[in-house]
Order: sequence, then structure tokens, then C-alpha cells
Amino acid sequence: MPETPAPASATADAPVPGGLIRGELERELEQTDNRTRWLLSLPAILIILFFAAAPLLVMVVYSFLTPGDYGNVKWIFSTEGWVNVILQRDIFDDTLIWADAHLSIFWRSVKLSIVTTLLTLIFGVPTAWFVATRPKGKREFWLFLVTVPFWTNLLVRTIAIQELIRAEGVINNLLMALHIVDQPIQMMFTDFAIGFGMTYVYLPLMVLPVYAAVDKLDFRLVEAAHDLYAGRWTAFRRVILPMIKPGIIAGSILVFIPCLGAYVTPRVLGGGKNLMFGNLIELQFGAGRNWPLGAALSFTLMAIVMVALIYYVRLTSREEKTDV
Amino acid sequence: MQHQAQPMPSTDSADDVAVDVDRISKIFQGEDEVRALDDVSVAIRRNEFFTLLGPSGCGKTTLLRVIAGFEPPTMGALRLGGRDISRLPPNKRPINTVFQNYALFPHMSVANNIAFGLEMLGKPKGEIQTIVYDMLKLVQMEHLKARRTSEISGGQQQRVALARALAPKPEVLLLDEPLSALDLKLRKEMQIELKRLQHETGITFIFVTHDQEEALTMSDRIAVMNAGKILQVGSPRDIYERPAERFVANFIGESNFLDATLNGHTVTLKAGGRFQASPPAGVADGAVSVLVRPEHGQVRMGEAAEGELAATIDTVVYSGEATTVHLRLTTGELFKAKMPNTPSEDGRSIEQGAAAALSIAPGAVTVLKD
Ligand SMILES: Nc1ncnc2c1ncn2[C@@H]1O[C@H](COP(=O)(O)OP(=O)(O)OP(=O)(O)O)[C@@H](O)[C@H]1O
Ligand SMILES: [Mg+2]
Repeated sequence: MPETPAPASATADAPVPGGLIRGELERELEQTDNRTRWLLSLPAILIILFFAAAPLLVMVVYSFLTPGDYGNVKWIFSTEGWVNVILQRDIFDDTLIWADAHLSIFWRSVKLSIVTTLLTLIFGVPTAWFVATRPKGKREFWLFLVTVPFWTNLLVRTIAIQELIRAEGVINNLLMALHIVDQPIQMMFTDFAIGFGMTYVYLPLMVLPVYAAVDKLDFRLVEAAHDLYAGRWTAFRRVILPMIKPGIIAGSILVFIPCLGAYVTPRVLGGGKNLMFGNLIELQFGAGRNWPLGAALSFTLMAIVMVALIYYVRLTSREEKTDV
Repeated sequence: MQHQAQPMPSTDSADDVAVDVDRISKIFQGEDEVRALDDVSVAIRRNEFFTLLGPSGCGKTTLLRVIAGFEPPTMGALRLGGRDISRLPPNKRPINTVFQNYALFPHMSVANNIAFGLEMLGKPKGEIQTIVYDMLKLVQMEHLKARRTSEISGGQQQRVALARALAPKPEVLLLDEPLSALDLKLRKEMQIELKRLQHETGITFIFVTHDQEEALTMSDRIAVMNAGKILQVGSPRDIYERPAERFVANFIGESNFLDATLNGHTVTLKAGGRFQASPPAGVADGAVSVLVRPEHGQVRMGEAAEGELAATIDTVVYSGEATTVHLRLTTGELFKAKMPNTPSEDGRSIEQGAAAALSIAPGAVTVLKD
């Protein structure tokens, strides 16, 4: 028994054999633990506040101001920036009409992002599977190959794609040399070019999380499925797919989000005509000199991402229902 | 009782045999070659509870995996009911497995796990529901049918694995140490349950264990394996009472090995005493090694009389229902005698270091091949 009397605040709790007051030690340890945790995470919290939240705040404010004549903003409240996201004023009579240009850019962005995500899934899942099923010592080599493009500047990689698909590029020259076509196929400055480029650029972002999921997969479950009369495809659909789903979801999110906001790839491969969301925003802060609209567009992009994410997670996290 | 000197030759009539393992070898190529199965032949009969028994790494799991179709054999043939199935993939074989780690699908409920095989066979929904319900009842898991398999205990998982493998009514059920993860009490219960299930379903069970007691109590026949080979196949009595080799004798039950000379059917122990025995084929007259089980020796205090072996008491070990007396024979050989305890005799009267007389029951001496 301790010599010192129990603290006054704890007199209500009867001391128990062993000298501990009920819950005292647990509380004490938890408090120290909490304090350490706060101290350790403080730098991260500060960075998040200053470098993520603060710019967002600035953008919210800007989106409700009036565009300045040479860029920048005038401190006059206006909702015009937000209105202009989907509507535009007729030059002559000020009536509001749909901003077709914007809507078609939104649509192209979403469409190309979905297509790119699907393509990276189609190419990425088998690749990840292949790498994860190599013998232990050989995987690093394949993973290295998958990540090599990451070590090169995005612009360089995009221009490499351009070299492949332009009219006098590698693919067209090859097709003509083989007399499969006698005129170069126009691939540059099309949606195809953007989708192709983005698939190439973002493929590793799909391969890596799926690889991690396949690596953790318990192959004895696959054997169990075969043992219970499942063929290859059914075993994949009923057992493997649900097990690697977290990796597929993570990969899809990692690909879809940067695709929606992609800037360099559509700029180089889509030319001036086939703009995407990122280019539209850039335009407002550059030649368009409409910062409030640019800010409003940025938030619209964020909103689309949020909605898509919530929908996607809902869609994929549906449980296998018990029907027997 | 017929003596099994060689691994069982497949002499059973063809329609008696469920699984015919015909000279199968499995060699794993790696940094060094592993001969996991070395020319294994065994015929497993229909409706039989057949046990593969052997030490760790002897090839039990490999043999099951070859039968299930997960590993192609390097050599040899595999027949099921007379039909060669060596080339069939696992999903085309009417054989199901209860895996060592259960391998239940963690993303499905108990009921969906059990229904899986039936769905794959394309059974109608109504029939699936009936069978799943029957299976749940059979393994007493009705109350947990909607639980995820990651949220039930080890013993419950084991029963679900069993139900899942039984539901499609396979011709053969393979069980790879299904009880090894359970505590003793649950294990005993499940042993009885398994035996009952095998009886009720009439399915051929091939059961793997390295627990000799489990093998003896559950099996119709046992195959004792070591280093990729089957050493002996026989009923529990065959294996226990007439082991062909020292390894088998040593692996199953407790053993005394004594030096002796063989002359026809007469065995003369070096330590004294003459016994009748039927030696296995291929054992020549001369110096041999014989086996005597501890419970076949009887110890009496005092000088040895005619037909008894003179000995001194080394140690006495009391173990509840029996007393084991360690004796030193005149040849210096050690002998364990295990005697049941009775109210009047519980080993208390046996003194360490005193002279004693050992009598060995007639017919208790078994000649070993090596
Ligand atoms: N895929 C494999 N590659 C190489 N060697 C293997 C492989 N599988 C098994 N072996 C080897 O084959 C031998 C037999 O293994 P097996 O798993 O059949 O033993 P077991 O009798 O089931 O043992 P346990 O009682 O420990 O489960 C072992 O030496 C093992 O190391
Ligand atoms: Mg094993």
C-alpha cells in the first residue's frame, strides 16, 4: 500500500487492493498518450492549414469578386464568376444562355477520365497480377519497369507520345511502310490522343495499388474456389475480385482524380481545340483574365470529384448479400 | 490378421476402390530437388475412413494435393473409380477438400460459403437452400448462418469448412489436419462428429494427421508415411500390433526394441526367454530386432523364475490410470513395462534398484524387418 494519501479529487472512488484507484492508471496513460500524439502531429497540421486550407480560402473569396482588367481581382462583390460556370450572357441583350463551350468541356473531361480509368483497369489489373505472381526475387525488377516512367518529366513523356502518334510519327510511318494505310491517320488533337496519353501516364497509379492487393491475396482461397468446382473466370469474379477490390478502388481513385484535372497531356495532345477542365481553368487565370470564374471552376471541379468519389465508393462497397 | 510387409499392392477388386494411387512420384524442382512423394502406391476403398499418418514434411499434404488436382504428379497415374483423372483440373474432380487453414471465403457469410460449391455445380436455387439448411443443421451452425466467416471461432470455422466441402456430396473428401488448430476437448468432440458424418454420408474420407492416437481411434485403415514413401498400410490393429518396421513401431505407440535371434518361427531374446512369432517376409534367420509393447510386459518383485526375465528396477512413473516401470535387463537393455493401476496394486510396492522379474505375454513379440 502506498504511504501517500489518495488525491482529494479521487476520494469518491474507493481505493482497491493494490493501491490503484479505479480507472486512474488508464486515464493517466491515455492523457500522456494524447499529448504526445498532438505534439507529433502539430507540424503536419500546420502545413495542412497553411498550404492547403489557406489557398482554398483565398479562392473562395476570389470567386465572389469582380475580374480586374489585367487579371487579378477588384474588391467588388459579384456572383458573376459562379453564374459563368454553366451560363453565359448574350453580348447584345444580356440574357443568360447555356455556356455550351463549358458544358462540352465538362463532359469531355468526365468522359475521358472514365474511359482512361477503365483502360488503366483493363491493362493495369493483368499487369499487376503478372508482377505479383512472379517469384519473390523477380518482382522488384518488374515493379521497377512499371515505375520507370515516373522518373521522367511528365512533359517529356507526353511529347514522346506525340512523337508516336503524330502524322509523321512512328505509328503512321510503320503503317504506311507496311502499306496498311496509304495516308497517315489523324490521331493528334483528338480525344483519342488525350485518352491514349492519359492511360499511358496514369497506368502505374493503377498497377501499384492493385499489385499490393494481389500480393496480399491468399491464393489458398483461389484453390478452395477451384476445389468447389469454380472455373477460372468464376473464381476470379466470385473470389479474387472481391478480395482485391480495395486495391482496384484505390487505383481507380488515383487515376480518375488527376485525369479530371489533367492539364499538360490535353494541352500537348489535344491541341487548342480539345480542352479539358484543367485547361479551361488555366485559361481563366491566363489569357481569359477572369480570376473569379477560374476560382469558381476550380470549386466546380472539386465538387465533381467529390460526387464521383461518393458515388463510386457506394457502388463498390455493396456487400455480397446473404440470400440463402 | 494378414501381415503387410510391403506397401499395399492394389489387389482390391476394381469396383471396391475409390482412389487408386498408382506409383506416383512428385519432385519439386528448386535450388535442390525435393522428392516429396517417392513411388507411392495405395488403393483407397469406397466408404473408407482412410488416414495418412506421418511426421512433418513426409509428403502427406503433397499426396492430398495431387489427389485434389492442385499438383500434377511428376510420374505415375491417379484413378478415381477406375477412371484416369490425372489430367482433370481440380474443378472437374468430384473431390472436395477441408483445408488445413480452412480457407473460408472471408467476404461471404457462413451460408454463402456452404452454398458456393452447389452454385458452381448449377444446382437450382430451391435445392441449394435445402442442402445448405441440412448442412447447417448437420454441423450445428444454424444460428450463425448469416455471420461472416471472419467473425466466428476456430472450431466453428472448422465446422463450416466441413459443411462447405460436404455440401456438393463429393465422392471423396480430403481432410488436411482439420483438427490441429482445436483445443483438446473440442478436438475429441470433432473426432466423434467426423466419424459420425463419414458413417452417415458414406463418403470416402482421406484424412491427414500426425497425431497417432487420432489416427488409431478414427480410421478404418492407416497408411504410415515417411520421407515421401508409404511404409505400411493396414487397420489400426495391424499397424499397432504388427508394425513391419522400426519406424512404424516407433511412430505409433510406445515401444521396446530388443535384440534377438530368429530360427524359423522361434525367437530367442538375448536377455533370455523363447517366444513364438511369425516374421515378415524377407527376414532371414539369425540376429533380428524385435518389438514388445510396454503393456505386454508384467513386472513382479523378486527373483526371476522359469520363463521370466531377470531385471532391476530403474525408475517408476505413476500416470494415473497406469504405472510405467523402467527396467534394466541383464543385457543392459532398457525395458518399459506399463501396468494398469488397481485399488490393490498401484505401483507403490515397486522399489527402485530392487531385483524384479519380467514376464512377456505370449504372442507379444513382433519381429521387425530391420
Ligand atoms: N511447392 C513446394 N516446393 C518445394 N518443396 C515443397 C513444396 N511443397 C512441399 N514441398 C516439400 O515437400 C515435402 C513434403 O511436404 P508436405 O507439405 O507434403 O509435408 P506434410 O507431410 O504435409 O507435412 P506437415 O505435417 O508439416 O504438414 C517437404 O519437404 C516440403 O518442404
Ligand atoms: Mg501438411
